[in-house]
Amino acid sequence: MRPGPGGCCCRRPVRANGCVANGEVRNGYVRSSAAAAAGQIHHVTQNGGLYKRPFNEAFEETPMLVAVLTYVGYGVLTLFGYLRDFLRHWRIEKCHHATEREEQQVIVRIFDSEKSLRYTGNIIKDVINMGSYNYLGFARNTGSCQEAAAKVLEEYGVGVCSTRQEIGNLDKHEELEKLVAWFLGVEAAMTYGMGFATNSMNIPALVGKGCLILSDELNHASLVLGARLSGATIRIFKHNNMQSLEKLLKDAIVYGQPRTRRPWKKILILVEGIYSMEGSIVRLPEVIALKKKYKAYLYLDEAHSIGALGPTGRGVVEYFGLDPEDVDVMMGTFTKSFGASGGYIGGKKELVDYLRTHSHSAVYATSLSPPVVEQIITSMKCIMGQDGTSLGKECIQQLAENTRYFRRRLKEMGFIIYGNEDSPVVPLMLYMPAKIGAFGREMLKRNIGVVVVGFPATPIIESRARFCLSAAHTKEILDTALKEIDEVGDLLQLKYSRHRLVPLLDRPFDETTYEETED
Amino acid sequence: MATTAEQWVLVEMVQALYEAPAYHLILEGILILWIIRLLFSKTYKLQERSDLTVKEKEELIEEWQPEPLVPLVPKDHPALNYNIVSGPPSHNIVVNGKKCINFASFNFLGLLDNPRVKAAALASLKKYGVGTCGPRGFYGTFEIDVHLDLEDRLAKFMKTEEAIIYSYGFATIASAIPAYSKRGDIVFVDSAACFAIQKGLQASRSDIKLFKHNDMADLERLLKEQEIEDQKNPRKARVTRRFIIVEGLYMNTGTICPLPELVKLKYKYKARIFLEESLSFGVLGEHGRGVTEHYGINIDDIDLISANMENALASIGGFCCGRSFVIDHQRLSGQGYCFSASLPPLLAAAAIEALNIMEENPGIFAVLKEKCKQIHKALQGISGLKVVGESLSPAFHLQLEESTGSREQDVKLLQEIVDECMNRSIALTQARYLEKEEKNLPPPSIRVVVTVEQTEEELGRAASTIKEVAQAVLL
Repeated sequence: MRPGPGGCCCRRPVRANGCVANGEVRNGYVRSSAAAAAGQIHHVTQNGGLYKRPFNEAFEETPMLVAVLTYVGYGVLTLFGYLRDFLRHWRIEKCHHATEREEQQVIVRIFDSEKSLRYTGNIIKDVINMGSYNYLGFARNTGSCQEAAAKVLEEYGVGVCSTRQEIGNLDKHEELEKLVAWFLGVEAAMTYGMGFATNSMNIPALVGKGCLILSDELNHASLVLGARLSGATIRIFKHNNMQSLEKLLKDAIVYGQPRTRRPWKKILILVEGIYSMEGSIVRLPEVIALKKKYKAYLYLDEAHSIGALGPTGRGVVEYFGLDPEDVDVMMGTFTKSFGASGGYIGGKKELVDYLRTHSHSAVYATSLSPPVVEQIITSMKCIMGQDGTSLGKECIQQLAENTRYFRRRLKEMGFIIYGNEDSPVVPLMLYMPAKIGAFGREMLKRNIGVVVVGFPATPIIESRARFCLSAAHTKEILDTALKEIDEVGDLLQLKYSRHRLVPLLDRPFDETTYEETED
Repeated sequence: MATTAEQWVLVEMVQALYEAPAYHLILEGILILWIIRLLFSKTYKLQERSDLTVKEKEELIEEWQPEPLVPLVPKDHPALNYNIVSGPPSHNIVVNGKKCINFASFNFLGLLDNPRVKAAALASLKKYGVGTCGPRGFYGTFEIDVHLDLEDRLAKFMKTEEAIIYSYGFATIASAIPAYSKRGDIVFVDSAACFAIQKGLQASRSDIKLFKHNDMADLERLLKEQEIEDQKNPRKARVTRRFIIVEGLYMNTGTICPLPELVKLKYKYKARIFLEESLSFGVLGEHGRGVTEHYGINIDDIDLISANMENALASIGGFCCGRSFVIDHQRLSGQGYCFSASLPPLLAAAAIEALNIMEENPGIFAVLKEKCKQIHKALQGISGLKVVGESLSPAFHLQLEESTGSREQDVKLLQEIVDECMNRSIALTQARYLEKEEKNLPPPSIRVVVTVEQTEEELGRAASTIKEVAQAVLL
């Protein structure tokens, strides 16, 4: 049997509509009998050839014992917290964090919870950085980018002191916007001073009351804030689940606005390129197919994926081999792969003209600082290969190799890793609250800096350590890091994986479950 | 004994059955059969909603046409074509190819092209590179010369306990307000508040009560009304927070807020004051500490002071300062702080050096005040234009004395004045607003900004140029 479109790994006869003959297909999973003995299920997509390369994403299920122990751990933590609060209240234990002044206490407490953050004051040198979003390695203090930025700083100074529409539009900004448009393959682009603000200030300019926003479950806080500020109705679909999205689209068009049943003015789908907490990549071909079928608009936030995915670093659109014109609004940030700060939005000329006149940022907020602009220009030219060296191409290749190597080694060691095989964001599951702090400290003792995340940024039992790979990591650095991670993993008993890759977040979508719910 | 008691009860029941009248038994039998029938009959759905067939749904999906994603912008939209500035936006600025004197950038202390500031930024660039590649919580906090240092210096300069830095001026107040004020809290805000404050209030979902611009009597009336409401429901009042949000120097009107009365109201009605000092930081007060120093008020009475570093400090970013108890909360709940990359080190180093310069020459604030007074006096009495703003505000507006009736016409007239002034090498700009989004849209105006770098001769020339052009265009 020849392998089916999309490169699946089973050997069953494939029917025309992409279903496998006597295996079950649910949401793109195929239970292949060859591996049935080991109980393996892979995410394989066979949607009639939408995908030109295998899309391997896996979220291994939490082992039952670990889940129970994690809840117990949180329970103990909460009780301990109450005990210490009690001791502090009765002055048995000294209170270290700041308290409200006496004369201000007559007024209602300004906020309810008291959390404190203290710096430890220790200095540790020569730590391998596995936590910064430095995907292509442009965040360094030597090299051509830095020299160009230094020259521009001498000439232009640091600040701008005005908004884009008043007198803050420098010739550098126009140059940058043309370059960004060329890089992305769109008609025009516009840049902003802060990535977070790009989302929260432009989504309200695009949609308003009477429009519908369909947003992924795990979208970033800036997208959520922008959607809320716009005043449109927000509906959430399950993470990366295309059936859920299609169901919402169908219902929205057929039934219209709630109560009045008027048709929606516009429907905007908000997705991200790479989700930074899960390491998953959006199923862009399917989203674009759905968007075309139902005439919705697509807003793609490529904060993490621009520069990091794709053979020439053009992001998730190039990774899947799609046409940038299919995405209505391509948004991204310069903070991660370009080593600068700021954000951009690219798209058709009408879109960018509209944003130039109606975006909140263009009217009320300062434009980008000139040396930062120069850093972006130089690094973008380097990635495109226009500066005459092949440094850009090498960095991209190095990042892709690092990603595959690192993920493979960690899986072999037995850790539970979430996410797509090609994403440079690698979340390693820790689960228990005590291990969160312990992992961070142990790794720092061995001179490796990692980022550990817990509730509320992640679901309560799924706390994780997140590694961000970079093109600046050489194989030796990765090997050192892997050795230490292995050691700490054995010490803290983190190797939970039983190689049973059961889909966790993408539960098999049952048509009947939605039919019965009342609207 | 229990079984005999049961049997006894059973015997009684059977006897009662024999003794009951016939109709009673028949009625009960019918009822029991009816209940059994109801229990086993099929449930039916309410037929309110007629379910559409699959074909009808497909037709609806085919028919639906969305609006275009963005409406077409006419080619002559006043804000579509930006002025292009070649080179740095410093005192001598080149706008659209013309050399002009800059009366439009908020570069109050002239620190934009100060060589010391540039040198400090350059040193930081050589040491750290440009970006920080991470938020403050994930390896984005640099200590020496950068973030912690800047926060320390700002706190010391403003004589507060602590300060916190944001990487964008607009996001500072827009993230600070929702961190404290939640749904159910009450906020009293001035009606001339700037757009960033409006967005922060919208994100916080609190009850917003606008009071007339700088009208303390109106504010007191609203506070009294709220007090009466509170007495009706004291339990709710005990957990509701009340905030008063004002600006030091208002961006939209150029006036100063009456801070002493506000502090009195604060203690009388138990509210918190948030002060937005973007325009007054580095301008008012003997040492440039803002409105609190100008009026001589104890800074601990103000709960939060927020400012952006994009005006007097000529850098990028913003900060909030106040008591530790208040500011620490933002480190975990300020959205623009936790979820966004930190300030690039070169911008922070520039801000630190600018602070150094401010501390070393406290004389520049008096010089700036003098220049403001001078140009205010010179611009009085232009026929057709009136000056809006106080004499000590370095950023004020020139509005049309009589509007033509339509905002578009007004904007066109003012743009003609601005273009002609630009031809005579005075760079001005119109104050830009989002017409549909502002709560209280100010009338169209020309923004004039005074900086320490402008000489007296230049100020005089600007005033006379504006007078001539206004006369030519408006008459």
